[in-house]
Amino acid sequence: MNKKPLDRLNKFIIFALLSIFAVVSLLPLYWVFSTSLQLSSYQSMEMERPVSYVDSNPPKMYPMGIPLYFEHWKGAREAEKTGDAELETYHRAQMDHIVSNTFGSFKSLFKKHDVGKWFFNSLYIAVVVTVGILLIDSMAGYVLAKKRFPGRNLIFWIIISTMMIPGQVTLVPLFIMVGNLNLMDTHWALILPDLSMVFGVFLMRQFMYSIPDELLEAAKMDGASEWRTFWTVVLPLAKPGLAALGIFTFMNVWNSFLWPIIVLNTAELYTLPVGLKTLQDANLASFKLLMSGAAVAAIPMIIVFILFQRYFVQGLTLGGVKE
Amino acid sequence: MTQMPMGAVPKKKEEKMKLFRKPNKNLFRQMKKNYSAYLFLLPKLILFTLFVAIPVVWAFILSFQKYKVFGSEFIGLENYIEVFQSEAFWIALKNTLLFTVVTVPFGVISALVLSVLIFELGKLSQSIFRSAFYLPTVTSMVIIAMVWRWMYNYDFGLFNYVLGWFGVGPVNWLGQSSTALWALIIMQCLIPFGVGIIMYLASMGSISQSLYEAARMDGAGKFKQWIHITIPLLKPTTLYLVLLSTIGSFQVFTQIIMMTGGGPGSATETLVHLIYKTGFRDFDFGLAGAQSVVLFAIILIFSIIQFRVLRHDE
Repeated sequence: MNKKPLDRLNKFIIFALLSIFAVVSLLPLYWVFSTSLQLSSYQSMEMERPVSYVDSNPPKMYPMGIPLYFEHWKGAREAEKTGDAELETYHRAQMDHIVSNTFGSFKSLFKKHDVGKWFFNSLYIAVVVTVGILLIDSMAGYVLAKKRFPGRNLIFWIIISTMMIPGQVTLVPLFIMVGNLNLMDTHWALILPDLSMVFGVFLMRQFMYSIPDELLEAAKMDGASEWRTFWTVVLPLAKPGLAALGIFTFMNVWNSFLWPIIVLNTAELYTLPVGLKTLQDANLASFKLLMSGAAVAAIPMIIVFILFQRYFVQGLTLGGVKE
Repeated sequence: MTQMPMGAVPKKKEEKMKLFRKPNKNLFRQMKKNYSAYLFLLPKLILFTLFVAIPVVWAFILSFQKYKVFGSEFIGLENYIEVFQSEAFWIALKNTLLFTVVTVPFGVISALVLSVLIFELGKLSQSIFRSAFYLPTVTSMVIIAMVWRWMYNYDFGLFNYVLGWFGVGPVNWLGQSSTALWALIIMQCLIPFGVGIIMYLASMGSISQSLYEAARMDGAGKFKQWIHITIPLLKPTTLYLVLLSTIGSFQVFTQIIMMTGGGPGSATETLVHLIYKTGFRDFDFGLAGAQSVVLFAIILIFSIIQFRVLRHDE
């Protein structure tokens, strides 16, 4: 194909347009990080009282600590040259203040608030549910795809038909149920219903179909038990499906909000989203602190996304998953 | 969280026939022979029964009851009558519908346009933009709501600052009934529909290039190719995405509780937020149950209509 200059121009225009849209769509996320690192109190020699760049008008588009730190660093170097010890101490002190203020909100999140605990709660619940779902759903998906036994289709269709029902419908009965089981305000109240989600069964069943029957029969011929066949033959072959399911389960659990705010009442047991809500309710003024909390909650998902990007795409196109 | 089966639909007929097959005398022997299959299914079945099946059935029963810890009593349709007679429900329904009617078409169409544009670029740019538009979707709505609330801030928010350039404002976005719902709608529209973009790109990749070549032979330009080849062939994806985002949009909740609490007044009250308030603030379980069933019915009706309309000329 010969590239015409017009083609080039078109592509450039498309690229520029998309870049603008991408910037707009990433702006809120940028704003979280920028605000979380914004200088919330600063006073130079010329200023009468300290200013906060967090709620300044016009808003500062990047953490002001960066340029100010450099200014003071330059100032300190010049003072060193001219031998002005007092001025140098001043600049050095300002540099220290800028660093500690910039990252200060993260420190106080973990020290004064329970964010560390919430982070840990979110993480271990997400991991437990993800591992559990991978095991339970691949077991169920495997036999539903590969075994013939009475009731197979009935079971499958009952499970699948509940996928259409929005989660809010079962909110109240689930609440009563969890209360009856004496699980209210415990992490089991989150873990057990999450482990019952049916999407994974559907996804794994679809995936298991692609495993050739000959392999299973060969394993059987070798005298492997059902469990051994599943563990050593089926699971390794289902890895891409497991990866996709695992990532979406982790994301759903990490981000889940409505159910946790209903069943959790003790601050120590909160997950990050619930904790962030209480933080917002209590701390309306300190946006730097709030955005730092938001950043703490956002970072793990961003890392997971960057590491496992291709599985995200795979998972979405495999079965269709919703937020 | 709702997930929908895609590939499962066509199989239904043939499997249904097997479903109602007469049980034969070998049934018990068959079950015994396959006992390991039942063991494999057991964990999911127990969890499913306890935390999905029973609650689903219970939700319907509850909606006909006045709930009491010991001995709920059946009160017939009273809960439903109360739902339809309360002004709060109609306001919530109206707000939810407005939210859906604006954000769903906007989201799907913008995803389509963005995907078509992204598809024109090279492999590397494609994956960069795909990630850029999907990344905001993996972050929790709680976080997104928190930062948007900050951006909508009356005194220091980004929005009023930008409006200031044009000599407009400042606007009390979330604080007044006339703008609060629209502020939430604008926010939803500006969050890219990442799932949509990924699915459109995947579907476009599977469209045969020969179709485009034939169109080019006939002298059709890019724009004509999009209108006559790309968009019609993407119709199944579009249908799926419309259904998906409609269901999601009817369940809008997190933004509401994080940003406005349904207020000011009931300007941003939505159905799920109303259910949440009825059930877990007023603890009127029966009424909340009836509201949930109505929500389910509305979603179901909408899904069927959309399915019919969008499938029509296939």
